[in-house]
Amino acid sequence: MEKFNTIISSAVPLTTENIDTDQIIPARFLKATTRDGFGDNLFRDWRFDKNNDPITTFPLEDPKYDGSILVAGKNFGCGSSREHAAWAIADYGFKVVICSEFADIFQNNALNNGVLVVTVSAEFLAKSFSAIEVNNQAAFKIDLKNQFVELVASGDKESFQINGYRKECLINGYDNIDYLISQKEKIAAFESAK
Amino acid sequence: MGKTLFDKIYDKHIVSSIPDGPDVFYIDVQYIHEVTSPQAFEGLRQRGIKVARPKQVCATADHNVPTENQHLPIQNDLSRHQVSTLVQNCEEFGIDLYGLEHPFQGIVHVVGPELGVTKPGMTMVCGDSHTSTHGAFGAIAFGVGTSEVEMVLATQCLMQHRPKRMRITVEGDLQKGVTAKDIVLYVISKTTAAGGTGYFVEFAGSAFSSLTMEGRMTVCNMSIEMGARGGLIAPDETTFEYVKGREFAPKGADWDKAVSEWKELYTDEDATFDKEFNFDASDIEPMITYGTNPGMGIGITQKIPSAADIGATTVKEIESFDKAMEYMDFKPGQAMLGKQIDYVFVGSCTNARIEDFREVAEIVKGKQKADNVTAWLVPGSKQVEKQIFDEGLAEIIEAAGFKIRQPGCSACLAMNDDKVPTGAYCVSTSNRNFEGRQGPGARTMLASPSTAAATAIVGKIANPADLI
Repeated sequence: MEKFNTIISSAVPLTTENIDTDQIIPARFLKATTRDGFGDNLFRDWRFDKNNDPITTFPLEDPKYDGSILVAGKNFGCGSSREHAAWAIADYGFKVVICSEFADIFQNNALNNGVLVVTVSAEFLAKSFSAIEVNNQAAFKIDLKNQFVELVASGDKESFQINGYRKECLINGYDNIDYLISQKEKIAAFESAK
Repeated sequence: MGKTLFDKIYDKHIVSSIPDGPDVFYIDVQYIHEVTSPQAFEGLRQRGIKVARPKQVCATADHNVPTENQHLPIQNDLSRHQVSTLVQNCEEFGIDLYGLEHPFQGIVHVVGPELGVTKPGMTMVCGDSHTSTHGAFGAIAFGVGTSEVEMVLATQCLMQHRPKRMRITVEGDLQKGVTAKDIVLYVISKTTAAGGTGYFVEFAGSAFSSLTMEGRMTVCNMSIEMGARGGLIAPDETTFEYVKGREFAPKGADWDKAVSEWKELYTDEDATFDKEFNFDASDIEPMITYGTNPGMGIGITQKIPSAADIGATTVKEIESFDKAMEYMDFKPGQAMLGKQIDYVFVGSCTNARIEDFREVAEIVKGKQKADNVTAWLVPGSKQVEKQIFDEGLAEIIEAAGFKIRQPGCSACLAMNDDKVPTGAYCVSTSNRNFEGRQGPGARTMLASPSTAAATAIVGKIANPADLI
């Protein structure tokens, strides 16, 4: 997994709340047997109309927004456990998702793919949307090592929680599977004691 | 200090704990299907490793399979490739597969319990959020992503943080026409679609203990729809009776030993929860959803609420509510009863078990479905399908003008050809009313099998209590 460093970038705002993984990647695009190429169909039915023309009122297709950060309305990623949603977000080029509340499974899936999920307060989320409204290219700074997110122009800052283990994994690009494989003997001992 | 049922099971499955980090958490059984497993097997190949415990993995094909002419090759190239990839992976890694030709094939969350693979006290995962279904047996069962599927294939373990504990207690007697599906839709309408985020839920009280196992599975299945990772119900005689004699149930002396262990699976009286809800069963009427998340549900005789009625106060909350109304082409204040609909779908891991079809047969017996309704009934497994015919339910249902299709996930998520057209209204016994879930532009209203059956007969949203 790629190592996660401090990120300074503009952000794409998606104010809708309760965005489910069927919107992030509709089920008809889940037929692949590899992890590649899901970014093209990220938010497919919100980005393109019936004729496959881009819907430019949707922020991902609106040229005034760009960046490697997605800022989303609360309860982002609810619904299906499909990791394809996290793959689509990563493949599209997002490295961070900021939201006031994430669905549990999505949160794990994102972190397992090196996408940092930053949970902020409802107030900070509102400030983030306002900052982008005032300046579409407003810069956000995400400092994982020191665990804070900053709106660069105003200097508004908020710290975020992440457990020490996850943080180590992201900063160093470790993955959980390597760790678990290193525990094989302990696991076998657990099984024989059962 | 006593322990909750959840903690009793959780503690028994901790291999080790990382300070300021997750637990190495042991998984007894992993279920897999064709959609979320191929990349996990590919990962194993890239690492050059085998499946750690192939006998603790149970596979079936469900999401992508056609529900007609299952004996013929799958028409869609991508679907066929995904299903054949599962067959190859199971062969290569030595996993038992209940594939399309097998008499046990079906939706993974119907198959596992009916084969007795799912048992009280177990930990189970699957790359599918509705794995919560298996909690009905007093087990810890939850959905995981594909990276986690790979972890469990590789080591039979996961990196897991202990979630918070919630208890939802519903006491009292149910009104006429009210079923397990209505109870859970009612609960979600009160907690909201995110109210359970970060929690594992125990369902307690007479409303749940009086349910059959099929009903309990419906309830636990939808715990994910309130954002909870899973839900569980303490096992009792109803549970033991269901498991007994099934293909993979313990037999003889093993059975007696298992039951005596299962009887220890309950929440101690002095155990505490991080959050509790209490509801009165008699307040619940048949439920239906009007919006685009499962928390947007109301009693069938009620009118669609306004954003203010459901407590939306911020601009974003109101915008999200308005977006749902626009998608559904509904307005606050409209009645749900009497609304003309186009499709009825009885199926999915929520409601495709034998009891669900008995409910349907009871309502439609001697009646005819309305001409404006296309009705799909999709059994959850080959065994359920057989039972529908053996019990004579098929005859009743087909005489009423319904078509019974072959087992699979079908129109719940429209990965196969079973799609609801753009703009059409579908009363569905499935679990999600998200935008486009049943096909691009499709409008889904979630309800019980009884409500779906009554609606198919009338051609408009109907209260099953009026037809019983």
